[in-house]
Amino acid sequence: MFNEHIFDYLRTDKLPHIWCPGCAHGIIVGSLLRSIEKLKLDKNKIAVLSGIGCSGRTPGYLDMNTLHTTHGRSLTFATGIKMAKPELTVIDVMGDGDAVAIGGNHFIHACRRNIDIKAIIFNNNIYGMTGGQYSPTTPINYYASTAPYGNVEPSFDIVKLATGAGASFVARADAYHIALLDNVMEKALSHKGFSVVEVMATCPTQFGRRNKMKEPYQMLDFVAERAVSLKKWQEMSEEEKKGKFPIGIFVDEQRDEYVETYEKNVIEKAKRGEK
Amino acid sequence: MPNIELMSGNDAVVKAAIMSGCKFYGGYPITPSSEIAEGMAKELPKVGGKFIQMEDEIGGIGAAIGASLTGVKSMTATSGPGFSLKQEHIGFAVMGEIPIVIVNVMRGGPSTGMPTYPSQGDVMQARWGTHGDHQIIALTPCSVQETFKLTFEAFNLSEMYRTPVILLTDEIIAHMREKVILDEAKNYKIIDRVKPSVQSEQYKPFDNKYGLVPPLASYGEGYRFHITGLTHDETGFPTSNPNTVEKLQERLRDKILKNRKNFDWYEERMVEDAEIIVVAYGSVARSAMRAIKDARRENIKAGLFRPITLWPFNYERIKKLSKKCKKFLVAEMNLGQIVGEVERGACGVKTKVDFLGRANGEFITPTEILSKIREVMNV
Ligand SMILES: Cc1ncc(C[n+]2csc(CCOP(=O)(O)OP(=O)(O)O)c2C)c(N)n1
Ligand code: SF4
Ligand SMILES: [Mg+2]
Repeated sequence: MFNEHIFDYLRTDKLPHIWCPGCAHGIIVGSLLRSIEKLKLDKNKIAVLSGIGCSGRTPGYLDMNTLHTTHGRSLTFATGIKMAKPELTVIDVMGDGDAVAIGGNHFIHACRRNIDIKAIIFNNNIYGMTGGQYSPTTPINYYASTAPYGNVEPSFDIVKLATGAGASFVARADAYHIALLDNVMEKALSHKGFSVVEVMATCPTQFGRRNKMKEPYQMLDFVAERAVSLKKWQEMSEEEKKGKFPIGIFVDEQRDEYVETYEKNVIEKAKRGEK
Repeated sequence: MPNIELMSGNDAVVKAAIMSGCKFYGGYPITPSSEIAEGMAKELPKVGGKFIQMEDEIGGIGAAIGASLTGVKSMTATSGPGFSLKQEHIGFAVMGEIPIVIVNVMRGGPSTGMPTYPSQGDVMQARWGTHGDHQIIALTPCSVQETFKLTFEAFNLSEMYRTPVILLTDEIIAHMREKVILDEAKNYKIIDRVKPSVQSEQYKPFDNKYGLVPPLASYGEGYRFHITGLTHDETGFPTSNPNTVEKLQERLRDKILKNRKNFDWYEERMVEDAEIIVVAYGSVARSAMRAIKDARRENIKAGLFRPITLWPFNYERIKKLSKKCKKFLVAEMNLGQIVGEVERGACGVKTKVDFLGRANGEFITPTEILSKIREVMNV
């Protein structure tokens, strides 16, 4: 998997990164960069945004046009960038808290518009940066700093949420099955339209420690054991599916992209003086 | 034939924004600002610009900031509750030094308040609404013609100083129809942000080398820079080094305060011999103008000070005036906001500061101001 060319896309002077040893965030960034490199994308034409959180520190390390925005709102900035300069490839890195808690509304509307933004969600099932509070994807009965008796809130299924909201590319991968992650990442980057990649990540420091998985390998095992390929998933009984999640590509459709449609249907008409 | 049109304050914002070269609007509709969104939705695509109605006001300003970073002049407009929602991102634009214009058409509050009634209740929110110590520029027009002009100025200042600028109008100015001499625009400057002239390797988005306002590159033009809402060094990368942070904070402050003389706009009427100076801004200044004329007819020496640049507030001018007059009367449609600033300006002198204000949705009339002038002058 190692690809030395990804250094061309890094601000190496900003390293080392702030992530804890054993954090999966770096695994996801590695995959993202390999895909960018494989597609030979021009780094001058890539904008990478993020919200706030551990995942949110990603753009700072990338030698591209980068914006570390506010918690949960990065998709709004991304929308402005994509509309104003459609030739840019716009990648938005979000935590689970960013994407589906505080930013949930922006997320579903970006899906609905099908604007060409690649939304990469680093889902570590926890608020990593702020000290391990539960997120909308913390599994039931797991512990968090604000769930000292175990979490009682049902989780969002981000894949279903994105699908229902209208995203034209929706995939889930994880930080253990790297071949799939790379594959999905590359497809998302090549897709025209709103593309969601939920990556099941790990946070040994804030999630693992509270849930008897403080070693990074334990957390990676926790992900690996629950991830099931989509094909296999479809053959499993409801009982067998409990506590597990499917990985793969769930939606991959060509649909009208928002900015193109705006340019065609609104700008063209307005310039011709039509209504 | 001069080019004259009858239009509302909100129409004037749209007209001037397009003429200023605005190419992006992101917003969410709310009374009494919605006509700005409607106008921009219609006019922007005609000039190749883009309009988007976002899912809320936070999204509206977020999109506008994003668009601005690609190099296009961008704006948003809102009122009341929507202005509250925008506050976090106003702070982001301050910290990231991203040019953007925010129009806030003031309506009655707090909360949903009185959506269709006028107010000047957001004056302090414009100043201090976003968290953290910061400077902000806010301009307040008192006519449709002036709304037209100040919209140009708002874009210019935001571009010149890499900062969010708030155009603070009110429901009366926004919905009132007056003639606007569009040819006036020929006398207005249109200023664009300074872009870097160095090679991309040498570019630092917050370079101290250029004095108070560093050049701003655009995304996609080869500069590959980083912007964060965290305190940062010259490269834009986060730091909490107290010396670096202090330098940043001071520059952010100084770029507004030390340049204030360049946009220190106000109007004065008959202040030379005035014993009482009415301080009023926005729509209320119109009543005040009439009231001081009526007072003069009754031989009361009344004058008017009308701040056009509301923030940063002109304390020095108040101090100067306070040495001439006996009394200030501050009239505003709130329960007392700018009056406190006038008191600060007049602090240490004997001039008394009186107040006439309310927040019940009713406009302050010339007669009321006149009665109050008589009352405080004991006539
Ligand atoms: C408006 C706002 N509310 C709360 C916070 C505090 N905060 C910062 S990051 C974060 C959660 C981060 O969790 P997630 O998005 O999952 O990212 P992770 O750190 O796990 O990668 C919170 C609550 C904030 N920065 N802004
Ligand atoms: S706290 Fe968790 S998410 Fe954050 S860097 Fe450490 S391991 Fe990663
Ligand atoms: Mg998280």
